[in-house]
Amino acid sequence: MSTPFYVSPQQAMADRAEYARKGIARGRSVVVLQYADGVVFVAENPSRALHKVSEIYDRIAFAAVGKYNEFENLRIGGVRYADLRGYTYDREDVTARGLANTYAQTLGAIFSSAGEKPYEVELLVAEVGATPEDDQIYRLPHDGSIVDEHGSVAVGGNADQISSYLDQHHRDGMTLGEALKLAVESLSRDNNGGERTLTAEQLEVAVLDRKRPQQRKFKRVLGRQLARLLESDGAAATSAGESEGESEEGSESEE
Amino acid sequence: MDFLSEHSPELLPGNRPLPPVQGAIEAPHGTTIVAATFPGGVVLAGDRRATMGNVIAQRDIEKVFPADEYSAVGIAGTAGLAVEMVKLFQLELEHYEKVEGAQLSLEGKANRLSTMIRSNLGMAMQGLAVVPLFAGYDIDREKGRIFSYDVTGGRSEERNYAATGSGSVFARSALKKLFRDDFSENDAATAVVQALYDAADDDSATGGPDMGRRIYPIVTVINDEGFKKLTEDEVSEVVRAVHERRMEQPDGPRAGLL
Repeated sequence: MSTPFYVSPQQAMADRAEYARKGIARGRSVVVLQYADGVVFVAENPSRALHKVSEIYDRIAFAAVGKYNEFENLRIGGVRYADLRGYTYDREDVTARGLANTYAQTLGAIFSSAGEKPYEVELLVAEVGATPEDDQIYRLPHDGSIVDEHGSVAVGGNADQISSYLDQHHRDGMTLGEALKLAVESLSRDNNGGERTLTAEQLEVAVLDRKRPQQRKFKRVLGRQLARLLESDGAAATSAGESEGESEEGSESEE
Repeated sequence: MDFLSEHSPELLPGNRPLPPVQGAIEAPHGTTIVAATFPGGVVLAGDRRATMGNVIAQRDIEKVFPADEYSAVGIAGTAGLAVEMVKLFQLELEHYEKVEGAQLSLEGKANRLSTMIRSNLGMAMQGLAVVPLFAGYDIDREKGRIFSYDVTGGRSEERNYAATGSGSVFARSALKKLFRDDFSENDAATAVVQALYDAADDDSATGGPDMGRRIYPIVTVINDEGFKKLTEDEVSEVVRAVHERRMEQPDGPRAGLL
């Protein structure tokens, strides 16, 4: 009878982490930014049908990178968790913290169980509060840890580079237009410092808007509205001197 | 709902054991709900009274709820069970929308509600029936539609107007005489308030507008912009206009003889 090779637990875990990280790094990135009226999610995603950003509950949304089938599974689990919580107790009792904890448990269990392959996903869970100070953003890496984030966060492809760019340029109290512009700028920088241009068709944008009158604060920014927001940003960025056109478009973008 | 029945069946209305009882159970009942369509939408309204036997259990109960953005449910029957049913219905529509990324069709929603009423049949046999009225705006057909139900979950689509609950006989007759095809939103709101007034006139379990306490019927409108509940000021304006005319003509507007 042959004995299996001995692999130290450290090595086994390192291998699994490496495997998951590589899977995640292959995908395109998602960034999440706080702005004055809420939280904006921007993903590079040419597909209209397969979403990377989705609603979980009234004030909570979810974004993910990695393997679609794996994070879709987690998303549906999250919606079920939230709806069940809200039905059993009250809508107020569904919180991003609780959801993030559940996700962390699930991801952690999968990561350390030897029978299963680790999930190649990284999740973001955000909740919009009554004021910007009450906003919460959690990042959940593949191994089941939770990172509490503030201001801006990026996951996916070259997350490190994008994060550092966002850290340098993000400030509190940005308008939606400004935040969106910064997000697109950060996403369009690639590894070797070059720049690509991202059009509205290549982007998936959604917001958790605390000013929205409905109970459900999640809203996708689509088609014309998105194009208008991006366009007004472009005008504001390139032609700072033309105050007339700028203010006009600026007021439009605040709708 | 399928997930719920697997995961925590005790939360579903249909899965509770029923104690054997003699006669009817005393529990608060809601009474009259009316709906009327107008070009571009539908109005759904309900009175504010809940009764328990011959006692008024509550004067200001709300019996009309949004089901989702483009539909609403008005409930008549056992208040406690009905409110739970609506809560579960709302949850189901929202859950479907989030998981599938698309809304159910209006027919789909109406069928779903039908199944939920049917699951309550055991309770209905013991006198705890729930009979809702479902109204919504059909985005594909671009018009308002009304569905009524019986206790067994039988679903039927109503043309133009409908009513349910103990005062429904009177409300429906009133609407029959008042309804016009070319109603504006405001006309439709006035017509349903008139119908509720007539129902309260002849049915002791239906509450009329309470001018002293400023308790007015709940009136909701669903059109292509979605669900909207008229504010207290908006409803009070309609109710006052109706009330003032009734001071002169207690039986309401007269229809032509031929």
